[in-house]
Amino acid sequence: MADVTLSIDGQKVTVPAGMTVLEAAEKIGAFIPTLCHDPELSKPGACRICVVEIDGMRNLPASCVTAATEGMVVHTASPAVVEARKTIIELLLASHVEDCMTCQKFGNCKLADYAYYYGVKKSSFVGEQHAAPVDDSSAVIVRDTNKCVLCGKCVRVCDEIQGRHVLDFMHRGFNTIVGPAFNDGMGESVCVGCGSCVAVCPVGALTEKNMQGKGRSWEVTKVKTTCPYCGCGCNFDLNVKNGKVIGVTSNPTSEVNGRHLCVKGRFGYDFIHSSDRLTKPLIKKDGDFVEVSWDEALSYVVSRFKEIKAKDGSDAMAVLTSARCTNEENYLMNKVARVAFETNNIDHCARL
Amino acid sequence: MTNSIGEVKECDYLFVIGSNTTETHPIIAVEMKKAVRNGATLVVVDPRKTELAELANFHVPLKPGANIPLLNTMCNVIIEEKLYNQEFVANRTEGFEELKAAVKNFTPESYAGIIGVPADTIREIARGFAKAKSAAIFYTMGITQHTTGTHNVMACANLSMLTGQIGKPSSGVNPLRGQNNVQGACDVGGLPNVFPGYQAVADKANSEKFSKAWGVKQSEKIGLTVGEMMDAAHHGDLKALYILGENPMLSDPDITHVEHALSKLDFLVVQDLFLTETAMLADVVLPGASFAEKDGTFSNTERRVQLVRKAVEPVAGKADWEVIAEILTRMGYPHEYATASDIFDEVSKVTPQYSGMSFARLEQGSLQWPCPTPDHAGTKYLHQGKFSRGLGKFIAVDFKAPAELPDAEYPFVLNTGRRLYHYHTGTMTRRTKGLSGIYGEESIEINPADACKLSISEGDLLKVSSRRGSINVKANVTDRVPAGMVFTSFHFAETAVNFLTNSARDPIAKIPELKVCAVKVEKAS
Amino acid sequence: MSNVNLTINGQKVSVPAGITIQEAAEQIGAFIPTFCFDKDLTAPGACRICVVEVAGMRNLPASCVTAVAEGMVVQTESPVVVEARKMILELLVANHPLDCMTCEKGGNCRLQDYAYRYGVTGGAFVGEKHEYLPDSTNPYVYRDLNKCILCGKCVATCNAVSERGVINFAFRGFNTRIATFMDADLKDSECVYCNRCVAVCPVGALVDKNMMGKGRIWDLEQKQVTCTFCESGCNFNVNYRDGKVVGVTAANAAAGRPLCLKGRLGINFMQNPDCIEKPLLKKDGEFVAVTWEEALGIAPILEKLKVINK
Repeated sequence: MADVTLSIDGQKVTVPAGMTVLEAAEKIGAFIPTLCHDPELSKPGACRICVVEIDGMRNLPASCVTAATEGMVVHTASPAVVEARKTIIELLLASHVEDCMTCQKFGNCKLADYAYYYGVKKSSFVGEQHAAPVDDSSAVIVRDTNKCVLCGKCVRVCDEIQGRHVLDFMHRGFNTIVGPAFNDGMGESVCVGCGSCVAVCPVGALTEKNMQGKGRSWEVTKVKTTCPYCGCGCNFDLNVKNGKVIGVTSNPTSEVNGRHLCVKGRFGYDFIHSSDRLTKPLIKKDGDFVEVSWDEALSYVVSRFKEIKAKDGSDAMAVLTSARCTNEENYLMNKVARVAFETNNIDHCARL
Repeated sequence: MTNSIGEVKECDYLFVIGSNTTETHPIIAVEMKKAVRNGATLVVVDPRKTELAELANFHVPLKPGANIPLLNTMCNVIIEEKLYNQEFVANRTEGFEELKAAVKNFTPESYAGIIGVPADTIREIARGFAKAKSAAIFYTMGITQHTTGTHNVMACANLSMLTGQIGKPSSGVNPLRGQNNVQGACDVGGLPNVFPGYQAVADKANSEKFSKAWGVKQSEKIGLTVGEMMDAAHHGDLKALYILGENPMLSDPDITHVEHALSKLDFLVVQDLFLTETAMLADVVLPGASFAEKDGTFSNTERRVQLVRKAVEPVAGKADWEVIAEILTRMGYPHEYATASDIFDEVSKVTPQYSGMSFARLEQGSLQWPCPTPDHAGTKYLHQGKFSRGLGKFIAVDFKAPAELPDAEYPFVLNTGRRLYHYHTGTMTRRTKGLSGIYGEESIEINPADACKLSISEGDLLKVSSRRGSINVKANVTDRVPAGMVFTSFHFAETAVNFLTNSARDPIAKIPELKVCAVKVEKAS
Repeated sequence: MSNVNLTINGQKVSVPAGITIQEAAEQIGAFIPTFCFDKDLTAPGACRICVVEVAGMRNLPASCVTAVAEGMVVQTESPVVVEARKMILELLVANHPLDCMTCEKGGNCRLQDYAYRYGVTGGAFVGEKHEYLPDSTNPYVYRDLNKCILCGKCVATCNAVSERGVINFAFRGFNTRIATFMDADLKDSECVYCNRCVAVCPVGALVDKNMMGKGRIWDLEQKQVTCTFCESGCNFNVNYRDGKVVGVTAANAAAGRPLCLKGRLGINFMQNPDCIEKPLLKKDGEFVAVTWEEALGIAPILEKLKVINK
């Protein structure tokens, strides 16, 4: 397709025709806030926070759904734009619960970031507040509709990406909320807990249950790694605080899965710090396991291996390696069999 | 997989056979759903009405073990109606005449009964597959865990080659591998018949090559598979076993036999995160390190090698690779590595598919093997232009019934598999609050018609027995399973279904027939 | 002094006699929250958030003012301790503006951290709230008494320098607040804007005005520098956002020494990205950036030196 050239904040930029003003602005690093926009999902152009001023246009168009055209002159932060955005934020804040103090999303909340950025301290609108009970019914996701800004990204990701359509809008006007059919709890719905809705929620309406109270986004170190469950090979960030894994969050650079995970990948990490974990080698003495040092365990293991190899021969020895362990470990187990035991008796659970 | 996960959404025709993809490979299922949303045709072949089956254009609820009849009748239709890719068959394959002869009698009419859909539907599916711009087969253990497992896979390959639906984007044969690194464990030598890189041990050239590389004379005798190890231990031929991160006491068929075999060993070492059912039988248990506690690589189902990064210190002080290297060293074969990257460098030296890879490259992004040189970008799909053996060989396969079929005493077929919320023997997922919170207890699926006959209601405790053992498990009355079949998972030790399963194996791949065995169901008193 | 042995959360520790439970707990990494305690200031033991359970003691003592004793058995986060802390936090949050969303201190606020840790949302007590007007009359310190939790650290640190002592507690009961002499605005007080008080304030009551709107803890990176304007060697934080310096803030005073406004502004000046790096020479009425050699007129001499060197 042909290119078009437009001007954004006084800077000329050439982009492919059909690209939105928002995408063009991103190209030159101009900041435009967004709530309902997501590059992976359909574009409702609903929240209006991304409005910009375009010379010759009567209104402030939403940049996420306005195509860039030849000769367009765009202002992303003109006084009119800033005023409109501030009003939108004020309206959102008017019915937003004030509990950033303990909100799991704080530090990673678009509403808080934009309110801070635009210096919207208090809403000039005083009115009714939602006071719905927090939906705590799911074992993995907490849903607090009082914090919802109705951006609809959770609705779209559940439908368009996960193909499950568990969530949707219901009721009208001020009473509009997002939830499963009949406003059942997430735990009673057909939700399978993949958490893609949590990954796209811009505010604290949908959060990871097992991370509540464990740490805030600015306190954690994120380590990108590969999931230990099925063979899809999803990547995600382990959130580490004080030497402990306190959660898993999506890493959009993941090649296989992007931000999407299944319930096991996103919520299945408690076992790492389980109190059942073995911390010391065990040797069975008179039928009971006794904790021993690494040195004692390894010398015992090696002496027994040597003894049996000498007595019964290499083919009386075998190795079961692990489809859960790394390539490096499997390779070394292959050497335990083929180099140390001198047998090809090695297998793993590929058939199970 | 011959294709990549990223190609799935571009597929026009998805033929999913023996795979409950939404539960076992959720992220691949997401891509399949994208393809369906893009207008692709989805065929799901599964006796159970899985979530994917409900989304499918065609659900083929075949009788357990009737995979070859379906695949062969499809080939029959395609050959009869001259829908096969003549150019591909002529240039890239051999053995077409044998295939043609073998499938001649597999008419849709004669097998429609056990395939579970009318003959015309079989024809429609076959035509759709042959005519599609890109058609891909996806299978999991529903194909392989049969006494005819290898033949089932060959039948899939026949269908793909016959229609030329392989060796191009979004078209191919795609086994979805069930564990994070089952692909990698096979790639780097975790098999009894091949050295790293699938180099056959029986080939003298290979054994000489590895004898030289490792400085120890390599045996050309093919080793034992896991099932054969259990048999050898049972007979007293196997004396010492070193198990890393596996739990055969739950995962292997006929647990009674496994327990007896492991108990007969002179010396059993188990290295694991937890004191598993298997570790309980060990003489020495070495604490393992979880994926969060070590550096390394996993290779996923699409041959993608990805980094695993250490996030926290190993709970027991050592990563598994450090322990294994120390055992090798103490055995008299010095293996001193400073980092996992050093080991990987050695892997890439002896594994041709990995030879262009290094941790430095993987830091920049993952790579799909084969990746033969440091400037090779990796391989998205296999068999482009040429098969590994040159010409693709059609192998005529015939229908053979499963080893154990229902009879008057054991009237039900027991099918086993996985649940979305758990993984393998549950050692990790069952210690996770969220997952146990959602799915904390196992049940067995039974069709309402059967439940009615046996006066079983939802939640009743059932006694399910086979010739090998029995378990008690709660009933889940659902039409997800057809009449005559019961289904449950092997994740739960309390309801260890592998006490019941049959250890009969496929003679070639030695895979046990976990998908079919005969059981009886009664209310537990 | 000799050592004493005690047990903290089941762990045996041996520490010098005379230190507090709080210090002993710190040695083994046991978490104890504090508001009014600062190791450089006299401990008033006032806020009670640091209470712990000591076997055999009638009440929960404040760990910051309780000395360790031989054989003591301490629990730093037992159910009763948690209950006491939650109660204190509920009482504080009940009278705290909940505008963390835009509070400069959000992310770096002890009240917020502890409320999060103990899951206190502030719904337990409903009552009167302060409605003081924030003091924004000076260019350096933004003072919002509505957020003050009366820990008194600002008072203590201000009084630690003899010529200062600008602020202290005033009024009684619910109306207690930190005030300057005659409750004047800071600009009309003796305050010299050294920002010692800002550096110790655990909440959003005292904020460095120059940093307002420039980012919060998770947006910023800090590097500590030592001031070289005088011999005291006070510490300042240089704040970076996306690699750029956005401001300099007071870190901590050198022992017994002041922090001062001059130091802070001076460092800000040195770190200022607008600071000219090259000398300017007026050529044809316009400034042109030139090398030091050219500006100082020593280029020919350097040339000759180079020749000689060869």
